[in-house]
Amino acid sequence: MRGRKVAVSTTFLCTALLCLALGGAAQAASQVVRVVSPGGIEAWLVREPSIPFLAVQLAFRDAGAAADPAGREGLANMLGGLLDEGAGDLDSKAFQDRLSARSIGLRFDADRDRFQGGMDALSHDLEEAFGLLGLALTRPRFDAEPVARIRDQILTGLQRDAEDPGSLAHRRWAATAFPGHAYGRPREGTAETVTAIAAADLSAFARRRLARDRLVIGASGDVEPAAFGRLLDRAFGGLPARAEPLPLAETAPVAAAAVAIIPKAIPQSVVVFGQAGPKRNNPDFMAAFVMNHLLGGGGFSARLMNEIREKRGLVYGVSTGLNPLVKAGVLSGQLASQNARVAEAILLVRQEFRRFQSGEVEEAEVAAAKAYLTGSFPLQLDTNWRLARMLVTMQLQDLGIDYLERRNALVEAVSRDDVVRAARTWLRPDELRFVIVGAPVGVAATN
Amino acid sequence: MRLPLAALAAALLLATSPVAAEPRAETFTLANGLQVVVIPDHRVAAVTHMVWYRVGAADDPPGKSGIAHFLEHLMFKGTAMLAPGAFSRTIAANGGRDNAFTSQDYTGYFQRIAKDRLELVMGMEADRMVNLRLTDPEVLPERDVVLEERRSRTDNEPSALLREQASVVQFFAHPYGRPVIGWEHEIRGLTTADALDFYRRHYGPNNAILVVAGDVTAAEVRPLAEKHFGPLPARALGARARLVEPPQRAARRVEYRDARVRHPTWARSFLAPSLLTGGAATAAALDVLAEILGGDATSRLYRTLVVDGGLATSAGAYYDDVQVDQTTFHLSASPRPGVTMAALEAAIEAEIQRLLQHGVDAAEVGRARDRLQAQAIFGRDSTMAVARRYGATLAVGGTLADVEEREARLDQVTAEAVTAAARAVLVPERSVTSLLLPKEGA
Repeated sequence: MRGRKVAVSTTFLCTALLCLALGGAAQAASQVVRVVSPGGIEAWLVREPSIPFLAVQLAFRDAGAAADPAGREGLANMLGGLLDEGAGDLDSKAFQDRLSARSIGLRFDADRDRFQGGMDALSHDLEEAFGLLGLALTRPRFDAEPVARIRDQILTGLQRDAEDPGSLAHRRWAATAFPGHAYGRPREGTAETVTAIAAADLSAFARRRLARDRLVIGASGDVEPAAFGRLLDRAFGGLPARAEPLPLAETAPVAAAAVAIIPKAIPQSVVVFGQAGPKRNNPDFMAAFVMNHLLGGGGFSARLMNEIREKRGLVYGVSTGLNPLVKAGVLSGQLASQNARVAEAILLVRQEFRRFQSGEVEEAEVAAAKAYLTGSFPLQLDTNWRLARMLVTMQLQDLGIDYLERRNALVEAVSRDDVVRAARTWLRPDELRFVIVGAPVGVAATN
Repeated sequence: MRLPLAALAAALLLATSPVAAEPRAETFTLANGLQVVVIPDHRVAAVTHMVWYRVGAADDPPGKSGIAHFLEHLMFKGTAMLAPGAFSRTIAANGGRDNAFTSQDYTGYFQRIAKDRLELVMGMEADRMVNLRLTDPEVLPERDVVLEERRSRTDNEPSALLREQASVVQFFAHPYGRPVIGWEHEIRGLTTADALDFYRRHYGPNNAILVVAGDVTAAEVRPLAEKHFGPLPARALGARARLVEPPQRAARRVEYRDARVRHPTWARSFLAPSLLTGGAATAAALDVLAEILGGDATSRLYRTLVVDGGLATSAGAYYDDVQVDQTTFHLSASPRPGVTMAALEAAIEAEIQRLLQHGVDAAEVGRARDRLQAQAIFGRDSTMAVARRYGATLAVGGTLADVEEREARLDQVTAEAVTAAARAVLVPERSVTSLLLPKEGA
């Protein structure tokens, strides 16, 4: 493990779920089936019988951190830690014993917009697995011991994040880009709000927000559709039919150039930057997606990597990504560079945004980007859990059950002119907001 | 690794799936010594193509720590046929992904690509096995990239700085004590000549393993491998000569205080046999021991310290047997707010003492074995993870049987064997305890 290398940190608001929306396995396309349970619960399924297990992913819309009540920020995240800590007649230990006895993997978490779950279980344990999943979702206990324990785990994590340069930068970015909006609040809350969360808050959130009309399910693996339908009722049949509406305003990152510095005695400055981007339902989304690939999404072939890493050795990594939230679009990026040279790296980011915005795009680079994006398509969905996650994303973003078949044609249809237009429309070098954590030399903060 | 990506999940998956219910692989060896392993998996019309070299950071010459990892970066800087950077650009333009990684014992390069492009990547990988060309204008900026990589992974991370210190203390003589990425002052001194020397000494078909996993058969791979790798001459290799660690007779302790630390952590690592030094049966018993101690929320450490004792927010155990020389068995925990490190440490020691005194029982061994077998089935879902397990095991000197028979070997692990392994390994005099602490007065 010592030699194995791990990513720096994730881009602001870029959940893996959303980022994956653009991949898909061509082979899997024809196999996506819509399963409707006897009780009327819908799920999308890919049957893959060669390995005897099933991967299930689920999401509840309008039940993410943006739904946390004021003063209880971090509630959805904490609920994620507690749903598998006792339900029905089973206390925390008994519940975990049941999961462990059948090697059932069960986890929950919350992103900005959704509450999410995932489960892996061997084919011959699906009855037990879906039974426990149903208990967790519909009859969670929130006993005092696990609530105190999970709270302490979260508080400890918050303490760590308070010293982690990447976490600090992302938090500050969100707070300054979305002031006064739920997207600007910390997803995991603060020590104060997490301490204030009581068992009653957790039950109320679960009861009001985890409902069938907000539920989306994807699964891939070894199960017959008919049997799967019955299992759906077992897990989800006991959920309330409707969730409370979530009033959440449309928003966008504040459009103003800004540089904030969080001083920290570390050898390398960590930088997060971002601006407005397209939402997923924007007709320009695919053109912007190809543009982003050329700019900073495409690893070594991306312009930012070439200019900042390959030519000058200023960073180990620099990347950008589109992060379409339900009520806002974001184009964001990150890099890390030694304090003495980070100013140069930031300058180059702005310069590359400008160069791209001016329309300097070659036909050949667009062709190469599309070749990569279409050719690597099957590689992105080569496991059951990735496929299951993709099926959830396709439903959340209204991409259609045939999206896997159509997706490469949508990429192919993006022309050089589309990319140029997307760059002119979306890249706003004069509205880029930077947050730097470290001891940067030669960088001035605004305000 | 040359390109940062979200590999954490994959790395953890590998680390926590130590047993295998692997699909059968086929293997053959070319006349020049290149071992080829083919792992058929026809679910997706794609292949994972990997070349593993039996050389890693533990083979860095004295004073040149980091050279194996630096060379890994430089392998993308071109040959007579390929301009600098053209390797990855060509892979991407063909819809493929590529990257590389370095450990103490091996260096690996991989591409994932549509199956009809297998020959393309094979040709390029064979080319750079013997034809690497390096010049200062390419090499020197890349050295700066590696220094930035070190800052990101280590210098900006107090916990990583402590792990680095703990390794130094764990291995006084053996090169596992040095960081894979290298010491900063030694990285700064690495040159183009150093990289080429290392390359010529260690890279060649007779020191490599080719792993091809995916929608292929051995019959399809063999002629392609013969065509592209077959003509490469074997190299005269230097033997893997590593200093032998002197016996450890006293418990060692490292405390690292850093102003950036707000929450302390505790860890203890014990010298332990690897698959190679201790054999497959012992490795399997230690896998089960790690699962019993720290595998999931029902494990002994989690139950005692986190749930019942209220002393810790986390607790775990970890054992990775895929190393050439002796490895470590690792325990870790983090205190609940208000709990002293002394109280936490005493509770962990009491729990270990209880296990050593009374041993483990057959029922918990059975449950741990079942979980490890299930993890192996989940693990088969990732062709890449399966290919990595084969590659790593062979690269450290293991055999195909070590990979393919682990499931069967787990079935043979008894409570007595686990207890015996625990008594042999969990010995304080052969441990390093490391504490990550806030700066006093901070």
